[in-house]
Amino acid sequence: MLNPTKLETPLYEETISKLKIGERVLLSGIVYTARDQAHKRLVDELESAKRENRKPLLPFPLEGQVIYYVGPAPARPGMVIGPAGPTTSSRMDPYTPGLLERGLKATIGKGKRSKGVIEAMKKCKAVYFVAVGGAAVLISKKIKRAETVAYDDLGPEAVYRLDVEDFPLIVANDVYGNDLFDEGIRKYRKIQE
Amino acid sequence: MREITSEEVTKAVESLCISSNCKLSEDVWKALREKLEQEESPVGKEVLEEILQNDRMAEQEMLPMCQDTGFTVVFVEMGQQVRITGGDFYEAISKGVSNGYRKGYLRKSVVRDPLRRKNTGDNSPPWVHIDIVSGDRLKISVMPKGAGSENMSTIKMLSPAEGVQGVKKFVLDWVRERGVNACPPLVVGVGIGGIFEGVAKLAKKALLRPIGSKNPEPFYAQMEEELLKEINNLGLGPQGLGGSTTALAVHIETYPCHIASLPLAINLQCHAARYSTIVL
Repeated sequence: MLNPTKLETPLYEETISKLKIGERVLLSGIVYTARDQAHKRLVDELESAKRENRKPLLPFPLEGQVIYYVGPAPARPGMVIGPAGPTTSSRMDPYTPGLLERGLKATIGKGKRSKGVIEAMKKCKAVYFVAVGGAAVLISKKIKRAETVAYDDLGPEAVYRLDVEDFPLIVANDVYGNDLFDEGIRKYRKIQE
Repeated sequence: MREITSEEVTKAVESLCISSNCKLSEDVWKALREKLEQEESPVGKEVLEEILQNDRMAEQEMLPMCQDTGFTVVFVEMGQQVRITGGDFYEAISKGVSNGYRKGYLRKSVVRDPLRRKNTGDNSPPWVHIDIVSGDRLKISVMPKGAGSENMSTIKMLSPAEGVQGVKKFVLDWVRERGVNACPPLVVGVGIGGIFEGVAKLAKKALLRPIGSKNPEPFYAQMEEELLKEINNLGLGPQGLGGSTTALAVHIETYPCHIASLPLAINLQCHAARYSTIVL
């Protein structure tokens, strides 16, 4: 990796405001996993808490935290976790703005985010990192500890608390509304639109 | 008649499930290495390096290279002189999948019902395509198909008047719009002709062809080459982050069709272009 920036969780606005798209990052600390079903439950709880005018009961804090979109393969005996590469982020787009408003500072996945999520990141000062899709074995070696914290019944879709060390990432959306997908593709496109 | 037991079938499928998920075939390795040399974007190069490093680790430790070990697609070419003994053929294949996914610590990614979504727990059932061919051999290919790329696939019933240009434009526009989320560099499977459900199978079957192989008809071989060049000119690059490597190959498979039809299907495959084949 070319000159990576080392980051530790939790993330603060001051640190992530310095990140630029295309920047390589090695992330250490705690990240929480969640994908389709877990997101649905998190957002359902936030909505019913709001309706019932009470504090939401979430399985983990959102303030300053990072969510990794992953459904790992089963761990072999003696392994911390099975292969654990990112899943497609766009499926979580409908749920993401609501979580960013509650203080979530970064998400990790693969593929593009919607305009709505990019706007929400700008407004809430959050970033989106991509991990390399399919690099599941390599990424699993950066996970030092894994424990389930909620939704056990969802199997690979349960929420895990992962302790990661030097998780290799690329900044795809910064807090200023820039998008590496748009800029990168424009730079290497060789045909007329 | 040549007899093959259902138990042999189960064992073969079990081992194909594990090998296909843990070990890329030589043609895919070669294509990824070549693209690493040619990639123009520094980010793209790093992504390809990370992919190659990951796939090497997977092979060495016999771990699945991607956590999405797919819906299991099984292609069978059954010689018409083969007789399966000792049990139901489909059940034998399904049991092979279930055993392979359990023993290989592969992720179980199949839900019993598409709307009520309860996991079947053993990745069964697979989808089995059977072709009856001449001879007395049984050829089984297992293709674990991840959802990231499968979700970015499509069918379009074109009008015959749209012709070659219509087909090329549709493929190119589709990859531009949907390719990013399908985990590029991609293998682009294209089916042209036949009927509605048949054209989708052609597109999937195209993914079984080794990278570097050409359609036997020069007309389509040329179209494959042109489309590959144009897709790589789109600039999506590895993981869609920009670059000169968007696809490793374009494979076209065709079939005769109705005078009033021009069916087209695109089945995208991610860089973990997994398949394993055995001949019994």
